[in-house]
Amino acid sequence: MDADRAAVIRGVIGEFGRLSVDVDTITDSTDLFGAGMTSHASVNVMLALEDAFDLEFPDRMLIRSVFESIDAIAAAIAELSGEHGG
Amino acid sequence: MGAVTTDQAAFRDELVARGLFLETGVPGLYGHGAAFEHIRLRFDELVTKAASDDRPELLRFPPLMPRRQLESSGYLHSFPHLAGTVFAFDGTESDALEQEQRASRHEDWTEFQSMTALSLVPAACYPVYPAIAARGTIPAAGVVIDAGAAWVFRHEPSADPARLQSFHQREMVKIGAPDEVHAWRDDWCARGLELLRSLGLPAERDRAVDAFFGRGGRMLAASQREQELKFELQVPLGGAAPTAVTSFNYHQDHFADRYGLVLADGSTAHTACLGFGEERIVLALLYTHGLEPTSWPVEIRRVLWEP
Repeated sequence: MDADRAAVIRGVIGEFGRLSVDVDTITDSTDLFGAGMTSHASVNVMLALEDAFDLEFPDRMLIRSVFESIDAIAAAIAELSGEHGG
Repeated sequence: MGAVTTDQAAFRDELVARGLFLETGVPGLYGHGAAFEHIRLRFDELVTKAASDDRPELLRFPPLMPRRQLESSGYLHSFPHLAGTVFAFDGTESDALEQEQRASRHEDWTEFQSMTALSLVPAACYPVYPAIAARGTIPAAGVVIDAGAAWVFRHEPSADPARLQSFHQREMVKIGAPDEVHAWRDDWCARGLELLRSLGLPAERDRAVDAFFGRGGRMLAASQREQELKFELQVPLGGAAPTAVTSFNYHQDHFADRYGLVLADGSTAHTACLGFGEERIVLALLYTHGLEPTSWPVEIRRVLWEP
């Protein structure tokens, strides 16, 4: 996975995810909802990611599983950027 | 304004023609005629009776709440399109004169109005959470609050007689340990369904989502559906799909987090609420059994009028 992209995602989660733990202590596969991110916080993460990556998540991606980990978010962004194999 | 079916439009016209609904000229804002109100008040008593096993504590609040409470509740994140805040005059004597002149011509006079410390109550349970949080720790057995049939506001003008901007929501709230709150919500789904069916309403229970705003709202709705946080009792009311007349909502720690609702062991409480939309239930009765309550089936009349 693109390290820069993961860092940007991590930054957005740190700012908007309202995790109950420090964002630096989670791995790229940590369940963000399990780490305290609420549904409302996940919406703010989604909107901030759209700004950060200048893209728009289509309706089919506006579901919990797309935002459940840094890996899952990175895969969705890779798909929207036209990349294959993440 | 949302489109309505011909059936809904015809139903609305009949309600007005018979004096059950009193028109105000604003969509979704009606007075109630005596026959309508008699049914609503009797239904409200049936809910009180159905809730008696819970031994709820009665709390009542005005249809206005502190704007700061609305701001802290998360409502403006989920439903910015439905919220209403109270504005009032703020200006000089000459401003007042200008305001009156423009208002009397029905022109724009908003520039003389400022936001007050008040907002309209969007759901009857909203004032309950901060009031209970102010008492301190939640007792081990949890609390059940009967918030009564409060006037609530939703800014959604519609020609559908069942989509009102101001209506009575009869709400009950449970605050306590997660398992107990979840079980209470599920138990009430069954009790509510039984209550509506005892009135001859063809009610069905279904998983539901709130009318969250925007694209973020789609995500909230998907999450709500996936976690089965909301159930509704729905009855045919002339629309393309059945209309929700009662809802049962499990908020998990949403309100508890915001208002600091804590259990005796220090853990965060969970909350749930249920709301009977009283006008919608009266409308469902009129739609199902006919617009003349004296002609309703005797067994239905007995449930309502012979306790």
